[in-house]
Amino acid sequence: MTSELSNSLLQGQVSTTVETEAPPAKTLERGYIGQPILRREDKRLVQGLGTFFDDVRRHGMGYVHFVRSPYAHARIVSIDVGKALELDGVYGTLTGDEVAIHTDPFFEMSVEPGGNIKDYALAVGRVRHMGEPVAAVCAATRELARDAADLVEVEYEPLPVLIDAEESLKNETVLHDDAGSNVVWSGVFDWGDVDQALADADHVVKIDRLHFHRFSSTPLECAGALVEYDRGTAEWTLTCNHQMPGVGAIWMAPALRTGIDKLRFVTHDIGGGFGNKICLHPQYVVLCLMARKLGRPVQWTEWRTDQHTANAHGNERTFFDVEVAVLADGTMTGFKVRALDDCGAFPRYEPLGCIIWAQVTPGLYTWRNIRVDFTQVCTNKSPVSPNRGYSRMQHLWLTERIIDIVASELGLDPVEVRKKNYVKTEQMPYETPNGCVYDSGDYAAALDIALDLIDSGSIEERRKEAAERGKLLGFGIGSTLDSGTNNFGQSTLLNPDLQFSGNNEAASVKLDIFGEVVVTLGTVPQGQGHETTAAQVVADILGCPPEQVNVRRGHDTWFNSHAGFSGTYASQFAFTGLGAVKGAAELVREDMVQLAAAVLQAPVEAIELADGFARIKDGPEEAALPFMALGAIVNANNAFLPPDFNPTLNHRYVCRPYFGMVDTEKKTGQLTLTYATQIHAAVVEVDPETGVVEIVDYAAVDDCGVRINPMIVEGQVHGATTHAIGAALSEEFVYDEEGTLLTANFYDYHVPHALDMPPLKTGAMESPSPIAPLGAKGMGEGGGGGIHCIGAAIQDALKAAGNAIVYDSCNPPHRVWSMLQDPESTRANVSVVSR
Amino acid sequence: MSAPASSRAIAFEINGESVELEVEARRLLVHAIRDDLGLTGTHIGCDTGNCGACTVHLDGEPVKSCMLLAVQADGARIATVEGLAAEGELTPLQKAFNEHHALQCGFCTPGMLMSAAALLERNPTPTEDDVRYALQGNICRCTGYVNIVEAVVAVGGGENRA
Repeated sequence: MTSELSNSLLQGQVSTTVETEAPPAKTLERGYIGQPILRREDKRLVQGLGTFFDDVRRHGMGYVHFVRSPYAHARIVSIDVGKALELDGVYGTLTGDEVAIHTDPFFEMSVEPGGNIKDYALAVGRVRHMGEPVAAVCAATRELARDAADLVEVEYEPLPVLIDAEESLKNETVLHDDAGSNVVWSGVFDWGDVDQALADADHVVKIDRLHFHRFSSTPLECAGALVEYDRGTAEWTLTCNHQMPGVGAIWMAPALRTGIDKLRFVTHDIGGGFGNKICLHPQYVVLCLMARKLGRPVQWTEWRTDQHTANAHGNERTFFDVEVAVLADGTMTGFKVRALDDCGAFPRYEPLGCIIWAQVTPGLYTWRNIRVDFTQVCTNKSPVSPNRGYSRMQHLWLTERIIDIVASELGLDPVEVRKKNYVKTEQMPYETPNGCVYDSGDYAAALDIALDLIDSGSIEERRKEAAERGKLLGFGIGSTLDSGTNNFGQSTLLNPDLQFSGNNEAASVKLDIFGEVVVTLGTVPQGQGHETTAAQVVADILGCPPEQVNVRRGHDTWFNSHAGFSGTYASQFAFTGLGAVKGAAELVREDMVQLAAAVLQAPVEAIELADGFARIKDGPEEAALPFMALGAIVNANNAFLPPDFNPTLNHRYVCRPYFGMVDTEKKTGQLTLTYATQIHAAVVEVDPETGVVEIVDYAAVDDCGVRINPMIVEGQVHGATTHAIGAALSEEFVYDEEGTLLTANFYDYHVPHALDMPPLKTGAMESPSPIAPLGAKGMGEGGGGGIHCIGAAIQDALKAAGNAIVYDSCNPPHRVWSMLQDPESTRANVSVVSR
Repeated sequence: MSAPASSRAIAFEINGESVELEVEARRLLVHAIRDDLGLTGTHIGCDTGNCGACTVHLDGEPVKSCMLLAVQADGARIATVEGLAAEGELTPLQKAFNEHHALQCGFCTPGMLMSAAALLERNPTPTEDDVRYALQGNICRCTGYVNIVEAVVAVGGGENRA
């Protein structure tokens, strides 16, 4: 069944379906993969019976509150915790000096100069961004901990502040003396021959500057953990919401000077992650030290304002001196660009963002000649961390901006120029100039679905109608790829000495004594419905209803169902997560078949698993064993089994995708495995008086190959699109010149509310991945299409009012208004040389 | 630093049960519900009253329990998400959230349900616009509200997505 199923999926033709409504739940017979099965997680969550880390209590637990820097950049002259310790109910404190004694700096992934940066769990001697933790206080209640934090006296000596990456590059003020430079990493990526392409081009379109802004997905549940220390075994247990514990432990264990198995990560339900819960190791190390120092469990729940101020922003990136080679027929043959990435005060997950974008180097297009001169610097802003669409989103925004600016300046149709330059479906699998392989897809077909959904044929008519109402109507497209399943070997393109490559994920499946199938995941879901989809896959492989499959909630390092890269990130559950589930289930299946064959005295080939029974195909009705019988024999009644026959019904499987090695000289290689497609299209109306943008029509088309559960896939499309809409129109981390964050909470940082959302139309097509275990591609991060299509639609709308060029990824009313007032200054950003 | 807090005895009804509590005067209602009473279904997603994850009913009205002191609830009748399916049977609204895939991480869900339940109480057949207005004080970062709105409209028997 399993291999037949997989084969049929792999050999399946690309099918196109358009769904404009959530698919209804269907009555199921066989074949649970592909069905919109309702989520099992919901039952507890709609009753308030989920367990999030902040719901967990321990006897004698202390609450931790961080003392944070009010300055963006300052020398710490002194810290006095005396008054805090005198307060009744205060259990203890921790300062940077203690951290520097008891821990080592976190390892840095960069080569010099960034590799020399010393990053500790608390500020040591100097603060480098507003909100940076300088001390921690632990007390009997949340309120007391906060009171005590107010009593910690910190004397600062302010230093010059860098909030602009271009200023940082000058190194007039250096944030990290150990590095001696604000540059974390820099390098040139050069594929093909861009100089020749530009020389041969009929038109060279130049863009001086484009800016991708700072925002983050801001999960509704803030970060935090409950940490217990066992003095007898010197082990820590972290009941937490880290979304990538495998890598978290790699950071933390050496810093804490302990073994990796001394850190037990436990997650239950997690209230959203989006990458923003990957870089929690500094705070968690503080909690570990505090728990050990005080000999009691300690708990920290981040405040919303602290999350915005000092946890995880998305990478801010500015693109300079873009030059695009265009032939007379609209074919684009290459581009070059200088990219400057701002990673904030510390390169926590960085400089990986300096390479992750290369997974989608040419975007969806056939550009063969590309040069990217990439530099990353530190500034006095919050550190960044991966954020839904991490690093690829920034680069894809660049490629889409290029397409629309070229189209605008050369008078090309944005639809036709895309179709001309898209990688064609007959070119799949397509190898990009830097050695990545786009596994499948039909971008032009997906675009057509999007165009149909927004009725693109009526745009000009609607434009006229809007103009009569005094509104400027515009239409835009955003084409993106959601590259899934990282090859960590790409890190060696940044630092050849790093010992990372490949990827892996683990799962275990067992048949328990009463016939219950039990699945343990290494992944760390935060709302993606893994319990439901894993049960669908296992049910198909073992031949039982999904209800018979118990998928354990969350992650627990002690289950040994994890691997070095365990976690939920980089759109990889469909490949590695479900690949591991499938592998383990198939091993259990093999045991079950062999056991049934032995008991029923039949050849192995005669056994089938179906409807919760192992039975002889076309055999008599009584020649069938319920799963309970199989589970009971192996687990509790096994004396009669011969000594050389040992089915365990209990298997762990590690899914390790094959990538091959990257070429560190040419900077090429298969950096990721699957490429899901998103084509978004928006119609907007701009109010010329105010610059307010209203989205009046919107379509998101997604192709992630086989959809294990189309309902969950569509939910991810909705969510990712909403993040993009927020980012495109309002969400922005804005700093003043002193480095104070001006959008530090949900008052000032406006995320979409129910009333802000336009009607969303969704479409889907399935181009199965020829390499993924189930034909399913990772998905969920592909919201970037929304940022592009909204920006493009605004540019289209402004055509009739001065023809401004959209130069920023965030376009709140004031920016649009400025473009309306002074379109010329945006146009000065762009020039065309034609031959 | 704030002055040393004084505590006070309060009593209220929560999900049909009478409780008495000794709380600090500055204790937020949401912390009393979560930490003192162990009703952890009510969540905290911000510190400014914007997100609505802490929404409960106070004397039948939806309120953000992080914006009230526990002492303000003295004598009140409170309902939390745990009280919705008090008999163990999910309410039509809870079922609709499941059937319409109106939740992903589930962190905002208790607040969404309480706001939606209050809407349905005063307007049993809300339109899509009614629902969007009623939920504008609740932030969801996962779903884009599409399926949440659908679910609530469906409970009222209304048509979705014309």
